[in-house]
Amino acid sequence: MKRRKRNDGPGRDGLLRASPFLLPSLIGLMIFSLLPLLISVGISLTDWNGLDSIGAPGFFREHFIGLDNYRTILTGGEFWQVLKNTGTYIVLYIPGMLVMSLMVAFLLSREHRGVLVFRVIYYLPVLTSWVAASLIWTTMLSPQYGAVNNILSLFGIKGPGWLLDPKWAMPAIVLVSIWKDMGFFGLILLSGMVDINKSYYEAASLDGAGAWTKFMRITLPLMTPAIFYVLIVSLINAFQLFPQIMIMTDGGPYGATQVMVERIYKYGFRYFRMGYAAAFSWILFVIIMTCTAIQMKAQKRWVHYDS
Amino acid sequence: MRKTRLFSLLAVVLAVAMLGSVCAFAAGEDAEEVTITYANFNASGGNEETLQKMYEAFHEEYPNITVEIETIASADYFTTMQTRVAGGTAPDCYELNIENFAAYANNGALEEITGVDLSGLDDTALSAFTVDGKQYGLPGNFSNVLLFYNKDLFDQAGVDYPTADWTQDDLQAAAEAIRALGDDIFGYYQPLTYNEFYKVAAQFGGSLLNEDKTEFTINAPENVAAAQMMADRVLVSNVQPTDVQMGGIGDWDLFMSGRLGMIPTGIWAFNTFTEGCDFDWDVAVEPGQVQKATHFFSNACVINAKSEHKDAAATWITWLTSSPKSAEIRIEAGWDLPAIKDQDTLAGYLDITPPANREAVFDSLNYLVVPPVIEDYSMMSDLIGESLSAAASGTITVQEALDQAQSQCESAINLG
Repeated sequence: MKRRKRNDGPGRDGLLRASPFLLPSLIGLMIFSLLPLLISVGISLTDWNGLDSIGAPGFFREHFIGLDNYRTILTGGEFWQVLKNTGTYIVLYIPGMLVMSLMVAFLLSREHRGVLVFRVIYYLPVLTSWVAASLIWTTMLSPQYGAVNNILSLFGIKGPGWLLDPKWAMPAIVLVSIWKDMGFFGLILLSGMVDINKSYYEAASLDGAGAWTKFMRITLPLMTPAIFYVLIVSLINAFQLFPQIMIMTDGGPYGATQVMVERIYKYGFRYFRMGYAAAFSWILFVIIMTCTAIQMKAQKRWVHYDS
Repeated sequence: MRKTRLFSLLAVVLAVAMLGSVCAFAAGEDAEEVTITYANFNASGGNEETLQKMYEAFHEEYPNITVEIETIASADYFTTMQTRVAGGTAPDCYELNIENFAAYANNGALEEITGVDLSGLDDTALSAFTVDGKQYGLPGNFSNVLLFYNKDLFDQAGVDYPTADWTQDDLQAAAEAIRALGDDIFGYYQPLTYNEFYKVAAQFGGSLLNEDKTEFTINAPENVAAAQMMADRVLVSNVQPTDVQMGGIGDWDLFMSGRLGMIPTGIWAFNTFTEGCDFDWDVAVEPGQVQKATHFFSNACVINAKSEHKDAAATWITWLTSSPKSAEIRIEAGWDLPAIKDQDTLAGYLDITPPANREAVFDSLNYLVVPPVIEDYSMMSDLIGESLSAAASGTITVQEALDQAQSQCESAINLG
């Protein structure tokens, strides 16, 4: 088939006309995002402590240390331990979140009475601030007096020390993160679910397919674009895991929940090693970039676009 | 031709303008009006008005100095200050805690404080804010730690109340007697944290750094003995609750619930305990071992090295930290203690009860240990704290924990 020339690009004329409207936000983006981004590359090549004035003449010459920060990070044990902690989080969080979000989407797609109320309830944690949510969960996860272990004990289960136990702290963080995020991702999946053309289901019913077959053969494949989006966004979020860690464990117990952004924050603002922190963030950037690129490449194998 | 004339005209105008400003300066030198900025975190959450009252009293004495006070909540304070110092927009003078003080001083962000009378300030407190013998900060407020005890539990266990001569062994004996009173009654609570550790280490004659701060001595035998005793109280004699036995409730809450015999904590607990305890309690100087050592917490008032009004800033922070008037307002508001020598001004503080033995606050000033201030203070305290918490839970031995902290600090921190 001959490819049709698409006509939805702005064209030179359109760009000219649009530029006065784009310029204000572009300037903002340049000054507050792009410029700091570029400067942070420079900072990552220095031993800047975050206090000296970097505008001073000769600053860069005096503090330039080449790739030393990158070398120290990649050859030290800490980085790999932190990467492993982040990995543990991702491995537990992504599948758990996906299953829970699918469940939320499925339940909310049924047209029974009061479904709107439930949609609000599932979405409420998304709107709650991480600080408030973390504080409440810290109390609920308290080993002796917390709600979670008290409920478990009703079933004769002795709950773990959660945030105080190095083996259970990360799973606890995962649990809270899933609770907080499943409303948001559930909503995205829900929109993917309701977009599916009803006629497929009617056709399947005529062929005698049961509910499970319909879900596995129609719903799931046609939802793959939405699932793909959820996977990309949640993986990026997972690498940037931060507020819940800072409030609930502060990287503890014994470093079991030290993750990338937590380290970057501590090096930059607590230990006065801003150059090191900047290098750390660029390494994180490369990791996220690579993971996303792999996901984009791999999507051809499993994402089905309807039509 | 025309250009030259314009040029000379400009020169004349400039010269006149300069002369004018010199005259103005000479005439107003005595009472030159200055406005300085002062940022702090310590007044946030309750003492904003107290600080304002202090400033008003200051302004009466020094009408030519106007201070614009900026109070920032401590959670945001240090990130804000770091950004402002780096960006060259820091206030003329501001407050720093001990963790951040050395890093700022070593990086040239602070001005040495000279030309003001510091004789009214406590020497130990002053010495905490010197770097290489130079005074870079003045102790603004000041508080220390005492042994708080529940008199009722002591009576029930039939043991004598703590005295200033107690050693850690006396404390252990009393704690065991109180622990025997019940399954959920505990003798003592002193977590194996960085802050408690460096103090108890000092009581055992140890320290984290050698004398001239060029080497770490974290795993020295005295330190190991100190940490071992602290860990054993949790894991062996269990006079102190484990994390799980604590179950997430706060140490003060445990004490106020009447289930804890003794707790070393700060004098800032006075008001809370007075309101929250329905039993008799009192305080004593903390026990020592080979020597006594008690905690000292203070924040520094510092001057920005880039300030244009250093003299006025020095005048203000000196007044704020050491004047009798400021001390009086501070004591009246119950906002920590002023770090001053003058006992008469401090006398008003002693009249308030409970605790009955309020003199212990001043008695323990004789045994103050200053935190081992180095440039990488936060990193050192985090590394040591992490290892200690592993030892407290029993996952590694105390010796292993301190060896680990020693090697981590050696490789991560350059003491220079």
